[in-house]
Amino acid sequence: MMQPVSQPVSGDPLLRVENLVVEYPVGNKTVHAVSGVSLDIARGETLGLVGESGCGKSTLGRAVMQLRRPVSGKVLFDGKDLTAMQGDTLRRMRRRVQLIFQDPIASLNPRRRIGDIIAEPLVIAGVKDAKKREQLVHDVLAAVGLDPQLVIGRLPHEFSGGQCQRICIARALVLNPEFIICDEPVSALDVSIRAQILNLLEEMKARYGLTLLFIAHDLAVVKAVSDRVAVMYLGRLCEVGPSEQLFAQPAHPYTALLIEAIPVPDPDVRPAESVAVGEPPSPIAPPSGCRFRTRCPRADQRCSDEMPELREVAPAQFAACHHPLIGAA
Amino acid sequence: MTGPALLSVEDVSVNLPTPRGNLRAVDRVDLSVGAGRTLGIVGESGCGKTMLSRAILQLLPKKAMLSGRVMFDGQDLVRLDRERLRKLRGRSLAVVFQDPMTSLNPVLTIGTQLIETLQEHLELDGVAAKMRSIELLAAVGIPAPEQRLMQYPHQLSGGMRQRVAIAIALSCEPKLLIADEPTTALDVTIQAQILDLLAREQRRRHMAMIIITHDLGVVAGRTDEVAVMYAGRVVERAPTPDLFKRMRMPYTEALLAAIPKIDAKPHTPLPAISGRPPDPTRPLKGCSFSPRCRYAWAQCQIEKPPLADADSPGHQYACFRPLNTAVGAPA
Repeated sequence: MMQPVSQPVSGDPLLRVENLVVEYPVGNKTVHAVSGVSLDIARGETLGLVGESGCGKSTLGRAVMQLRRPVSGKVLFDGKDLTAMQGDTLRRMRRRVQLIFQDPIASLNPRRRIGDIIAEPLVIAGVKDAKKREQLVHDVLAAVGLDPQLVIGRLPHEFSGGQCQRICIARALVLNPEFIICDEPVSALDVSIRAQILNLLEEMKARYGLTLLFIAHDLAVVKAVSDRVAVMYLGRLCEVGPSEQLFAQPAHPYTALLIEAIPVPDPDVRPAESVAVGEPPSPIAPPSGCRFRTRCPRADQRCSDEMPELREVAPAQFAACHHPLIGAA
Repeated sequence: MTGPALLSVEDVSVNLPTPRGNLRAVDRVDLSVGAGRTLGIVGESGCGKTMLSRAILQLLPKKAMLSGRVMFDGQDLVRLDRERLRKLRGRSLAVVFQDPMTSLNPVLTIGTQLIETLQEHLELDGVAAKMRSIELLAAVGIPAPEQRLMQYPHQLSGGMRQRVAIAIALSCEPKLLIADEPTTALDVTIQAQILDLLAREQRRRHMAMIIITHDLGVVAGRTDEVAVMYAGRVVERAPTPDLFKRMRMPYTEALLAAIPKIDAKPHTPLPAISGRPPDPTRPLKGCSFSPRCRYAWAQCQIEKPPLADADSPGHQYACFRPLNTAVGAPA
């Protein structure tokens, strides 16, 4: 199995994922959603996690929260293993970790008022003083750029997608967490609103001293907010590195392919013709060796025989590839 | 635009009665596309781009009220009877929608759906239709097309389903293909493949194409002309290179600026557009974009700017304070 990868982290990481394996049964088969992923996230850092649909990035986010129990591996949050926790201990720990989802409208209960939706985590956390709850709700709504007076008594359907996402962010922040997992938080939003929400997340991160795991399929969005980026393919990490470095000199052919596929809003840049070949294979029967080999232009016999391990190809940049685009092979 | 237009949309408006009052979804739009050309229609959700495409296809909701003319290949689609319209749609006028899961029939095999279209419109017999279906699936890049014919939509991935939807749309050699957000539901790598496929088939068939999208990145390298829509109106329209190099409309500029750039440094604040589009049931007296526009001045709130010609050919914009001009240049 893979060794936990040492990554450029100053001090103790807030989150350390070690050799995480998550599988789902489908009939009598097994979906290998996450197959031995290790990563660290430092305090105050934003780690972007990118990959195509079905690569296991959302499952990874859920497994960190223990919403889906991993088959094996560890999730160390602030040094404590969440996978070993149960019941009350886990629930108390979860207050420090919050989630924001892709569809802001679907993640708000349509029959409850905004004030109650945001106060709910406080009620669960045992904040008994109603006045205090009201004050906290008020403060957090103001922080995300909504007018508390106008918002508290309304229902979710009275708000647009962008406003609903602000409400979801407020709900995630109300318990003053340390760590937020953002699962495709802007994919459902229009371009103009998306920029507002990305800016808001950055502002909230600074204001509340947050650490973020930012999951998305859009590389440009991920780059805009992340200090480091991890690229995932079919349940495994392909590459991890500092954002700018990773985009400037991708080492894994899959990272390079993802970067080339981004449509550039400039008519002088002719879209590269068919950079991507085929589609990801099924996670029920992933290819042997390197899982990307079936779509990789550099694949050879070794790639099907031997699974590549993450190794350092440039300072602080790690890639799991037998034939990386940079560094000595 | 060179040559006579294959499709010309003339002064088209669409009004929808809603419980909150009349909703003006499309507001006096003029557009045209020539044979073999590609027009991109760009705008955010609710800007009327999908309603406009439905107005072209005459697939508006029953309660919708349409005015204006949609001239296609010499006939006005608005005044065409249902039978002739039905013949035209699917044959010369084809469409690919955003979500291939909902546009394909889940209880029929891919083969049945393709063969049905071919038999209906081209009057092919069973064997010929099947042969043609296999060719079409191969042409859109589906491996093992013969086996795929027997499969149901749920057995295919999103990208494969969209390829099937494109195969069906192309099956009768249409003159115009409308692709409404064809790649929004797909991953970036698959998006690039599907856009390449559309471009290749278009060139091969000398077909006109309208790509409707919210992503200026999608239209940049792949269209001849772009129309930007906001609150039901076309607010800027230009040949693609001209639009990107000499944009006049502040909304177009804001839309482009709001896209995260791959070469920008991480944590660069994005120039977001503040606020949100106006309520379409409460139209503004002045320019619909004025409440969000950083250049707006008094006149913009009082009067609606007409769609006026810019000095470069084929370029039009609706703004009192256009960018990149000496007169009335924004401070």
